[in-house]
Amino acid sequence: MNPYNWFQLIFYFVVLFLLVKPLGLFMAHVYQGERTFLDPVFGPLERLIYRLGGVRADEEMNWKVYAIALMVFNVLGLLAVYALQRLQGFLPLNPQGFSAVSPDSSWNTAVSFASNTNWQGYGGETTMSYLTQMLAMTAQNFVSAATGMAALAAMIRGLARHTTDKIGNFWVDLTRTVLYILLPLAFMLGLALVSQGVVQTFSQYQTATLLQPITDASGKTVTTQTLAVGPAASQIAIKQLGTNGGGFFNVNSSHPFENPTPFSNFLEMLSILLIPAALCYTFGKMVGDTRQGWAILTAMTVIFVALFAVNVWTEQTGNPAIAKLGVDIQQSDINPGGNMEGKEVRFGVANSALWATATTAASNGSVDSMHDSYMPLGGLVEMWMIHLGEVVYGGVGSGLYGMLAFVIVAVFVAGLMVGRTPEYLGKKIEAYEMKMASLILLIPVFTALVGTAIGVLTPAGQSSVLNPGPHGFSEILYAFSSASGNNGSAFAGLNANTPFYNTALGIIMFIARYWLAIPALAIGGSLARKKKVPAGAGTLPTHTPLFIAWTIGVVIIVGALGFLPALALGPIVEHLMVFAQ
Amino acid sequence: MFSQLKPALILLLIFTVLTGIVYPLVVTGIAQAVFPSQASGSLMTQNGKVVGSQLIGQQFDDPKDFWGRLSATSPEPYNAASSSGSNLGPSNPALTSAAEARIQALRAADPSNTAPIPVDLVTASGSGLDPDISVASALYQVHRVASARGWSDAEVQALVNQHIEGRQFGFLGEPRVNVLELNLALDDYKP
Repeated sequence: MNPYNWFQLIFYFVVLFLLVKPLGLFMAHVYQGERTFLDPVFGPLERLIYRLGGVRADEEMNWKVYAIALMVFNVLGLLAVYALQRLQGFLPLNPQGFSAVSPDSSWNTAVSFASNTNWQGYGGETTMSYLTQMLAMTAQNFVSAATGMAALAAMIRGLARHTTDKIGNFWVDLTRTVLYILLPLAFMLGLALVSQGVVQTFSQYQTATLLQPITDASGKTVTTQTLAVGPAASQIAIKQLGTNGGGFFNVNSSHPFENPTPFSNFLEMLSILLIPAALCYTFGKMVGDTRQGWAILTAMTVIFVALFAVNVWTEQTGNPAIAKLGVDIQQSDINPGGNMEGKEVRFGVANSALWATATTAASNGSVDSMHDSYMPLGGLVEMWMIHLGEVVYGGVGSGLYGMLAFVIVAVFVAGLMVGRTPEYLGKKIEAYEMKMASLILLIPVFTALVGTAIGVLTPAGQSSVLNPGPHGFSEILYAFSSASGNNGSAFAGLNANTPFYNTALGIIMFIARYWLAIPALAIGGSLARKKKVPAGAGTLPTHTPLFIAWTIGVVIIVGALGFLPALALGPIVEHLMVFAQ
Repeated sequence: MFSQLKPALILLLIFTVLTGIVYPLVVTGIAQAVFPSQASGSLMTQNGKVVGSQLIGQQFDDPKDFWGRLSATSPEPYNAASSSGSNLGPSNPALTSAAEARIQALRAADPSNTAPIPVDLVTASGSGLDPDISVASALYQVHRVASARGWSDAEVQALVNQHIEGRQFGFLGEPRVNVLELNLALDDYKP
């Protein structure tokens, strides 16, 4: 890290934290049904949507109805994405003439985009028509993100209210999230990205005459270059903001048309953490004590900075096997140095490591460098961020409801240790909440480890591996972890576009999304019914440095207990191998 | 459950049209009006012919041109219709052999140059389409390009200096040199 890298890191966090309060406050207004400055633009449209859909906006739901509405909407979305891929050959806006996507890949992608994972077994520019990219991918990027945020808003209402069984109306939360939060942000970001060179066009792929003709793998002379383009900026804007992460092009945001400049990189990186971080403030505002939101945001940031430091240090140290060949891996003013395999020169090492840490922390899953080519400990940081339950900022909505599950466990364990009745924000934490929180904590651990075990034991799982030795194990572990955390990034050497991986990862993404969202709503519903207990001398305050440290401890311990053995077999062994020579 | 089916269907339809058709069309309309060149791929033309994009690299292995990053796309390198990284892990022997092959090619083309080679010149980019190399990698190749073209090192050095793109706004990203633009400038240059 040279002074420029330091400055960029600090600049990144300063801008992020300056935006937390205004955006967080705005979102609190949106979820409390209050008027915002966007009402004149979207108010009439909002009311029209309710009228067409037969939605009674003032009629709230209990948690079970809320969960059913959420599930029905998401399953229909899943079916729509599946159908669009299977039928794209017959549909318009397909200038490259792509035919139907295979059934197993369509299933995988349908679950992936409906569940806000955006894992991609396919390469965008070689598979999907413009229509599929827009109607299936872009649209699901919006509504899957809004689904997560709606579920969070409902859970927060459960904490904020008392003696009621109503936690909001799913259709209203969904509509207001898309109209007031996601669309305006995506619109601004999309145009800013085009100004930097992200493509946004409906023309067919462009052809350029090469300055120097070359020969391809079969010995044929190639004199032209086909440049894949498309309506990318509009999709990339929401994929970054909604912690979706599914790229327009195969290599995601390392593609120069998806992320052309350091400034576009900064904006896209900022968008990864923007909404998840601001939602912490929204939470504090809605429960009537913003210190609670800042406390959670602080816990997240401490974990983030510590793991980013490991990642950037290991990447800047570089690969001794490459250095040995007479290669200069020392960072200087004119040489990025370090481990540049899979990284782009315009971003260098520090920005790539920052992105990699942010995208795995936030269940975004977009990449601006290839995680498979990171040094073993860099890859470990990325995997472990996912293993921590996608709660360090986490996905939009899902990250904070996951973190609240950890907080509930932290409160409960602390209460047991000192013999106090565990309570959080004036609500007694009892067996039911603990059961639901445990589901949220443990289901991803279970699916990731069982999935990995099946992957490494079956020929179908093994045959997709690219890299030999422990790194091959890491590829499989990463894939199942990514699906279990609804992250979507990959050690992309693994050929995941096979019936085995498409099917298995599809099932896991579905479980990991909805078997976590529903318990989160259940916690909200259960807490909403309870009476508020006034804080007394025996109440454990949950905004103090002590409690922040305690929450961090719980997150780290659960993540370490679940995954250290698996990590020891993959990245840790590989690290010892690489540095022993 | 069935009472939720109607709003689910209708809202899915509305949001699919709004965010999947209206939103991309509006962004495209404004983008094409305000940033027409960027929105269409930042294409460069010479004599009415498209010679490439400012943002997308091309493959060079002639000693008289500057060489870019290694590219792992197939079937040919810098295939902009099918982007791909190498995805080779740090312990994979294929990673070191790819670097060794590039080192041998560089050394063979310029045996007098014994300086250590900057790392970005022997590693594959993430996209396989990286248009840039580091300033160090450009400087490393100056002597080879100059001798292959029969020019002085200082002339080529001056061209490189003109093509150094600094950190954006003075602090973002890394300084770099666009290989295609530099090579086009070399071909235009009259010593």
